[in-house]
Amino acid sequence: MKNLGLIAKLDIKESIRSRWFFVYLLVFGALMALFFVTGITDSVVMGFTGLSRLLLVYMQVTIVILPIFILITTVKSISADRESAILEYMLSFPISLRDYYWGKMIGRFTITFFPVLLALVLGVVWGAFKGAEIPWNVLLIYSAFVFALCAVFLGIAFFISTIVKSHDVALGSSFVVWIVLLAFIDIALIGLMLQNRWSDEFIISIALLNPLEVFRVGAIALFDPELTVMGPVAYYLLDTFGKKMFLVYAILYPLFLGALFAYLGYYFFKKKDLL
Amino acid sequence: MIEVKDAVKRFLDTNVLDHVNLTIEKGDKIALMGPNGAGKTTLVRAILGFYHLDSGEIRVKGYHPTKERVKVLKNISFIPQTPPPIKLSISELLEFVSKSSDVKQESIKEEAARMDLDVEKNLQKPFFKLSGGMKQKMLIAIALAKKSDILIFDEPTANLDPKAREKFYALLSELDSDVSTIFITHRLEEVEKLVNREIYMDLGKIVEDRRVGV
Ligand SMILES: Nc1ncnc2c1ncn2[C@@H]1O[C@H](COP(=O)(O)OP(=O)(O)O)[C@@H](O)[C@H]1O
Ligand SMILES: [Mg+2]
Repeated sequence: MKNLGLIAKLDIKESIRSRWFFVYLLVFGALMALFFVTGITDSVVMGFTGLSRLLLVYMQVTIVILPIFILITTVKSISADRESAILEYMLSFPISLRDYYWGKMIGRFTITFFPVLLALVLGVVWGAFKGAEIPWNVLLIYSAFVFALCAVFLGIAFFISTIVKSHDVALGSSFVVWIVLLAFIDIALIGLMLQNRWSDEFIISIALLNPLEVFRVGAIALFDPELTVMGPVAYYLLDTFGKKMFLVYAILYPLFLGALFAYLGYYFFKKKDLL
Repeated sequence: MIEVKDAVKRFLDTNVLDHVNLTIEKGDKIALMGPNGAGKTTLVRAILGFYHLDSGEIRVKGYHPTKERVKVLKNISFIPQTPPPIKLSISELLEFVSKSSDVKQESIKEEAARMDLDVEKNLQKPFFKLSGGMKQKMLIAIALAKKSDILIFDEPTANLDPKAREKFYALLSELDSDVSTIFITHRLEEVEKLVNREIYMDLGKIVEDRRVGV
């Protein structure tokens, strides 16, 4: 158990020094900070009545870059460790695979979620400075969405890294996962609906299973109670589930999916050859 | 100490370990030799629990390498073929070793000093930025400080200059005679004086295993 914390701590220290973290912090941290700051400033002006253009853009950018960033950097660093024999050396010490795997997971999670947290704090400080009434609910729920989104993609990344040994195949698979999930957000789903080739229920199920779409609909529902920027699939989902239900689902489902993949990854890590 | 019974490991339909049988006794000092691709590294990795065998079994002091890896690895020090480009700083690496394996950082530093490596001066440097020789010395110092019953070296002196190589072998000759050692090596003449067993592998089989006078 003591090694769990040790592995997590060393992984965090290592990440903080790495180039990818610097870029991530810069790009994503800045993005989130802008998001919270504008969100709060907007709310001063009009209260959280409408999702401003800008907020919408930030959210879409998050949907696109967060997953690919998490997937690529995580998969890359794990398979690089394997190929350069770092894994072989580190695992020649008496550390249980459980401590190693989950320690790495905790380390990664901390590092990925950290910029979001930082931005949140920044947003709140900014809001206080501007004298705005801080929309705690909205901020906390949105942070929970991002937390859940991080969880899904970290889970998938660890899963891919343990079942695929080759660096190139692992990177390729991450890319495919990302493209497929992006393809099945509202826009593509509308296309399918219009073609009338598949039943609406089927399309709705796809939407509900896609963590990116779930995040998207959840975020829109959160920021835009009037649902002005919503696609038909999103509209249908909110209409059927009700807003509260859907917000809960948008937090729990990605968390569950992430945990499932993380656990499957752990299972194969134990059952298959390590190198 | 180590028992390998009828071990088979297949990669892509070839038996990289082909029904290997081997018993390593307490105090055995083994030179493990053979052409590239013979399966030496694979055998060692199976003992360390990195690979699951297709059939047969391995026991280290009675423990199963994959099912009881912590107990197995407590007894083994391992030095890989080439020093891995670990990104941790030296002080972080020392922390990792000392906490995971119950070794005092002081004793690692002492072992290093005996090979003229000043650890204190390099604590903040990332391991991968050390010179090839320094890396190897660091790994050797860690392996020796761990005071394991079993030492496994995969071509440990490949990156050392002749002087450092002599130092290294001088350190090894001081080892407790109860310690079992496996050297994978291409240069028998270097380890000749240290070993009491010479084992040759080829195509996944042990083709020769003879005891030699020390
Ligand atoms: N993880 C692996 N996947 C597939 N083939 C492997 C793997 N590891 C080793 N091999 C193959 O097994 C054979 C033996 O390799 P190895 O044990 O490294 O030989 P040696 O150390 O004696 O040079 C080689 O042909 C190598 O290509
Ligand atoms: Mg080898």
